[in-house]
Amino acid sequence: MDPAPPQGPDRKAGRPDYIKVQSSEEFAELRRAHRSFAFPLTIAFVSWYLLYVLLSSYAGDLMGKQVVGNVNVALVFGLLQFLSTFAIAWWYARHANAKLDPRASAIKARLESES
Amino acid sequence: MTDTLHLAAEGVSDHRPLIISLFATFVLVTLGITVWAGKQTKDATDFYAGGRQFSGFQNGLAISGDYMSAASFLGIAGAIALYGYDGFLYSIGFLVAWLVALLLVAEPLRNSGRFTMGDVLAYRMRQRPVRTAAGISTIVVSIFYLLAQMAGAGVLVSLLLGITSEAGKILIVVLVGVVMILYVSIGGMKGTTWVQMVKAVLLIAGTLLITFLVLLKYDFNISTLLGEAADNSGAGSAFLEPGLKYGIDATTKLDFISLGIALVLGTAGLPHILIRFYTVPTSQAARRSVNWAIGIIGGFYLMTIALGFGAAALLKRTDIISSNKAGNTAAPLLAQEIGGGPDSAGGAILLAVISAVAFATILAVVAGLTLASSSSFAHDLYANVIRKGQATQKEEVSAARWATVGIGIAAVALGVFARDLNVAGLVALAFAVAASANLPTILYSLFWKRFTTQGALWSIYGGLFSSVFLVLFSPVVSGKASSMFPDVDFYWFPLENPGLVSIPLGFLLGWVGSLVSKEPVDREKYAELEVRSLTGHGAH
Repeated sequence: MDPAPPQGPDRKAGRPDYIKVQSSEEFAELRRAHRSFAFPLTIAFVSWYLLYVLLSSYAGDLMGKQVVGNVNVALVFGLLQFLSTFAIAWWYARHANAKLDPRASAIKARLESES
Repeated sequence: MTDTLHLAAEGVSDHRPLIISLFATFVLVTLGITVWAGKQTKDATDFYAGGRQFSGFQNGLAISGDYMSAASFLGIAGAIALYGYDGFLYSIGFLVAWLVALLLVAEPLRNSGRFTMGDVLAYRMRQRPVRTAAGISTIVVSIFYLLAQMAGAGVLVSLLLGITSEAGKILIVVLVGVVMILYVSIGGMKGTTWVQMVKAVLLIAGTLLITFLVLLKYDFNISTLLGEAADNSGAGSAFLEPGLKYGIDATTKLDFISLGIALVLGTAGLPHILIRFYTVPTSQAARRSVNWAIGIIGGFYLMTIALGFGAAALLKRTDIISSNKAGNTAAPLLAQEIGGGPDSAGGAILLAVISAVAFATILAVVAGLTLASSSSFAHDLYANVIRKGQATQKEEVSAARWATVGIGIAAVALGVFARDLNVAGLVALAFAVAASANLPTILYSLFWKRFTTQGALWSIYGGLFSSVFLVLFSPVVSGKASSMFPDVDFYWFPLENPGLVSIPLGFLLGWVGSLVSKEPVDREKYAELEVRSLTGHGAH
């Protein structure tokens, strides 16, 4: 394996052409798999959290309604925030294992065998 | 009332030898670990990143140990004990925040950075100006957070040991400073990580024990516990509803929203948390660390409900307040009560154990903060700005060790001055600065191709100065009885937390700064960062 000739003054030998990788279809799929999952979900959980914050500030009557015994809506709402956080963490891990890791390691392996 | 007050104070000081010996055991064991870790610390990767050989679970535990500060443990339990439901609101913000780190920051950061937050912030940009900004903002955030912990340590340990003299309190702050300098300068990231893991285990075990005992007392019926807390608090059912602390008027409601936003967006911009992701070998391990951390921290915050409402149900409100106005000693007092009361051996032992856990908590967190600021000083400011990347690893690590001593001394000096300051205000400020100055640049750098050096600088400095500036003219600093300087009045910004204004400003400045920037975007560098951050190619 001969080292590739330098292609420009700044380019080190064996350095991948990142712009080419970045514009490849394979990489676009990886990016899409990450962004289409992470971005909407971030907006969703931040809104869900803000809803909780706003209700706590401005909807005292609703939050004070009792559900079971002394357990009221506010407490249930708070516990649901815990539950949704655990669920999203688990869901993301599953998504990343199935959809992100195989794509990422394929691109990584190709880059490493080329250099 | 004076009678119970007297009893509570006496109960604490009677068991001083036991508390001190537990403190001393923890310090000696962890210093032993530090010396062992120090012997294995050979190069810069060992010092900054613990050799990158921790597992996802170990790092998750260490993250929990780094994150659950005295403010979480004592502060939240105390806030629930005094304000009921409003105290619980903190826990939720502190936990949900981890999803930002999980979904957007942890893995790309692990893949593309080496040692500091500045590595990622400056990746695509002109190195020297952005490194300088990242270093300054890292040190400012960490010092605010450090100050809060130091001030908390002084107050707390003095209370637990029954020390009332000013000299005694200063001595405690100095002692905490010396131990933390030893941890970090000798053990580096490896030693700090082990200290944080030990502390996390102790904290979880101690909290589990007290939670179990509280629930046992109420036959595991949460509703009975809540009912008794509400009755005993004197506030009735309002104690279980939002509003006791933040629902007073329109300003406090707005302040609560500001705090909520700062909490949820601050975590993913805290340098001492971010550098923990470099201690694992891969981005998959970084993901597992965050998931473990979410599980551990979430479980812990759920237990603070039992701790806080348990304290409200079982202790006299006047006892909690007379011991510490902010309720910071509610958890140790609850431990004493649940163990059998001030005069029993069980009460004495549980009080001592929980006090030692609180002390361990403070030491582990200050070590993480000192490491983050000295790493950033050595790697961002010294090696990359002053020496322009020409420093050897040996020089860099030795600069980091000296920086640890310097920052430690500064923290002690400021901590002595700050020991009467409002602890909660300082922590919330650290979160607000992190969310305003650091998070926008992290996200833009990773995900927005048109982001430029000018955008990064506007965002970091704009977020940093606006948040500090607004706090300076807020009731945290002047104008109210609870202010740092209650006797002067120069406040005009009504909110205690600047996040509502400074976080959107940080994002806006990064965007506008990039759009009006004359220099072209470095397409090649962005391609490199994006490919590396998503695939793990070329990760250190």
